[in-house]
Amino acid sequence: MNPEFIDINDFRARMETLRRTGMNFLRDIIGMDWGEEGLGAIYSLENTSTGQVLQTAVRCCDREKPSIPTVCDLWSVAELYEREVYDFFGIHFAGHPDMRRLYLRNDWVGHPLRKDYNEDEAINPIRMENEIPEDVQRPYELAEDAEMEISDKLTNKIHGDQYIINIGPQHPATHGVLRFRLALDGEEIRKIDIHCGYIHRGIEKMSEKMTYPQILALTDRLDYLSAHQNRHALCMCIEKAMGIEITDRTQYIRTIMDELQRIDSHLLFLSCAAMDLGAITTFIYGFRDREKILDIFEEVTGGRLIQNYNTIGGVQYDITPDFAKKVKEFCQYQKGKLQEYNDVFTNNIITRKRMIGVGILSYDDAISYGCTGGTGRASGWACDVRKRHPYALYDKVDFKEIIYKNGDCYDRFLVRLDEIVESIHIIEQLIDNIPEGDYKVKTKPIIRIPEGRYSASVEGSRGEFGVFIESKGDKSPYRIKFRPMGLPLVAAMHKILKGAKIADLIAIGATLDYVIPDIDR
Amino acid sequence: MFDFSTITTAIDQFLHSVLPSQAALLVECILVALCAVLAYVMLAIVMIFMERKVCAAFQCRLGPMRVGPWGLLQVFADVFKMLIKEIISIKNSDKVLYNLAPYLVVMSSVLTFSCLPFAKGLQVLDFNIGVFFIMAASSFGVLGILLAGWSSNNKYSMIGAVRSGAQMISYELSIGLCILSIVALSGTMQISELVAAQADGWFIFRGHIPAFVAFIIYLIAGNAETNRAPFDLPEAESELTAGFHTEYSGMHFGFFYVAEFMNLFIVAGIASTLFLGGWTPLHISGFDSFNTIMDYIPGVVWFLGKTFFVIWLLMWVRWTFPRLRIDQVVSLEWKYLVPIGLLNLLIMTLCVVMGWTF
Repeated sequence: MNPEFIDINDFRARMETLRRTGMNFLRDIIGMDWGEEGLGAIYSLENTSTGQVLQTAVRCCDREKPSIPTVCDLWSVAELYEREVYDFFGIHFAGHPDMRRLYLRNDWVGHPLRKDYNEDEAINPIRMENEIPEDVQRPYELAEDAEMEISDKLTNKIHGDQYIINIGPQHPATHGVLRFRLALDGEEIRKIDIHCGYIHRGIEKMSEKMTYPQILALTDRLDYLSAHQNRHALCMCIEKAMGIEITDRTQYIRTIMDELQRIDSHLLFLSCAAMDLGAITTFIYGFRDREKILDIFEEVTGGRLIQNYNTIGGVQYDITPDFAKKVKEFCQYQKGKLQEYNDVFTNNIITRKRMIGVGILSYDDAISYGCTGGTGRASGWACDVRKRHPYALYDKVDFKEIIYKNGDCYDRFLVRLDEIVESIHIIEQLIDNIPEGDYKVKTKPIIRIPEGRYSASVEGSRGEFGVFIESKGDKSPYRIKFRPMGLPLVAAMHKILKGAKIADLIAIGATLDYVIPDIDR
Repeated sequence: MFDFSTITTAIDQFLHSVLPSQAALLVECILVALCAVLAYVMLAIVMIFMERKVCAAFQCRLGPMRVGPWGLLQVFADVFKMLIKEIISIKNSDKVLYNLAPYLVVMSSVLTFSCLPFAKGLQVLDFNIGVFFIMAASSFGVLGILLAGWSSNNKYSMIGAVRSGAQMISYELSIGLCILSIVALSGTMQISELVAAQADGWFIFRGHIPAFVAFIIYLIAGNAETNRAPFDLPEAESELTAGFHTEYSGMHFGFFYVAEFMNLFIVAGIASTLFLGGWTPLHISGFDSFNTIMDYIPGVVWFLGKTFFVIWLLMWVRWTFPRLRIDQVVSLEWKYLVPIGLLNLLIMTLCVVMGWTF
């Protein structure tokens, strides 16, 4: 991919034009450190009605006080993306209302993804005391002489007289270590502040020192419920960059595995959503059925949760002889079980009362916040990468893109249930026709990607998962960026939560279906 | 039917013959308290085991199987574990109230428990306003929960306690209305008389439609009173981690836990006393031989059988339904159950006045 470099002075005007001309989906903002050439960011945009894709980039030569105009008023999701870039590269986004670090602590010294970052442990020791809450802070503002300066105004993120409560980092309903700081008025939520980074492992930073096959092992640990798809995306990106043609057999295996993984993830979603609403029996039912997929995974790949199956040029091992039989058995079994979920949970009057009309995310907000996956489709946005930019065998199989209209919790729930059916349908079309051939093509012993920028994206279990690689022709990438599926969902939380109660927060969180290791990469 | 008062009277006379009357009374009080608490704890253990097995059956599992045959000793092991656990004291908590709260909850539940008629004459407290006493004694359990939430100095606990207060005080109204309609039907408030009046036909049959409606409302409200799903918002674990008892450990937590289970037993016990005839056997008029056979089954079995049937119904609900939201809980009570309960009381009174009951 070749981004269109925009001069920093024209940047804001150009982005506004792009937004006006229909580039309404901001896929990702990739912070970059180009060394001598300065710091900058690459913006990946898409027009959701025409499918036109465009990358723009902006560069800022000042390494001491880098600053780029914000775009968070054009695309709402940019608010968190820009905070991430600020956190890792120290680029200030002029006009951003809330320029705080997103992942790291406030007292962290330096910006880790910069190439000149000092990794000395003495600078950033393990701190034993708590972080001071930043209820009060000073936003950056663009002064008259176009210089960044810290304004004197203090903004209160959360007002002191409200009842402040932490949901997380250790909480049964956040499905991981995510922390919401809530301001409550009785049971109603007035304000929400999101704190990420409790399990941030710096995978992107680690990757810059690793060879490509080593990086592969990390992708499974991003969103562990779409381990196959994540790895598929990275393999696809590397194969595309190196010009490796993979065999049909590999394509079949990958597609089937992706879909099995999707069913696995959606079953877990169903279980956890039910559990969060208090229906523990449904939780057990979902896990009982998910176990069957995990058994198949275990037999073929050796792993149950983290499979490490895809590899550059193919898959790690060939499928087992009775793979097809087992998968077909599972498909038959699972189809019968869907009615059971509906009987015991979906059609329950309390479930419907708890979900219908709760946590509505409108069509426009879904796009502006970049909420892909089931969440976006529940709001009526046809955002399935498998349809928009088909990869693997998705253009050869027949399947429906599940789209609902209301964008409430119930629709988000139904989307996933229906997608299980579609995934089974896809698997059934492929499973009998897996062609003979190599499961893996021979690659060079040392993988080097030619200089350039490459990207690939797949439909993960909960949205679009993208990989961006900038290579200088070495064994390891100059910069690798994974587009998180969960961050846009969490970004949209405060919009969805307007007037909601604590119990609604749980229902909304459950149906948004974010996975924390994917947010904290 | 065997009358247990013959045994109690014999013991009473024996004690009076060997001891001065004050001392005899003291010994009797201790004996009764011992029996009541022992029965309370044993039933709690049975209930916990039952809950685990019933829940396992609903979820296609086996439940506890390892400790003892069919996991029978599991609950004993758990109780033992809870007994030896440290009771943690919380910094900045209100120490007195914090330690008092679990005892209040258990006390209210033991007091109510002692009003239950297990068989003819097998009852600790029995006086002419028995039903009133039950309602009064059961309603101060909420005080313990509120204190627990307040004194823990924890925001989750506080929200749980406030929810609990709103919920339990609301639903007491419905329970009161249901009990009132049975009182209207029977014309007495003494529990032994209430049960005796059902010897020829249980109130749920004699009061037909209004009694049945009262029974259903009672089950819903009783479920809410015991803070069990779908009304478990005070301790909604996915929202408030553990609600009002988040900060409690060891036996203090155990008290809340046991009291919750025993409140379920009490709710079911009162339901079976008021609606299903308590310890009276099933009699169908005209089938004399059938009635005689039924009479051979002891009253304790009848009472426990009916009670555990109601408990099973409530467990079924517990393991099937998702949780309600607080505004839904309150609107269910004030918009639906209370008006229906009032209307039902009116109909019941009308039926009794016009003689439309069996």
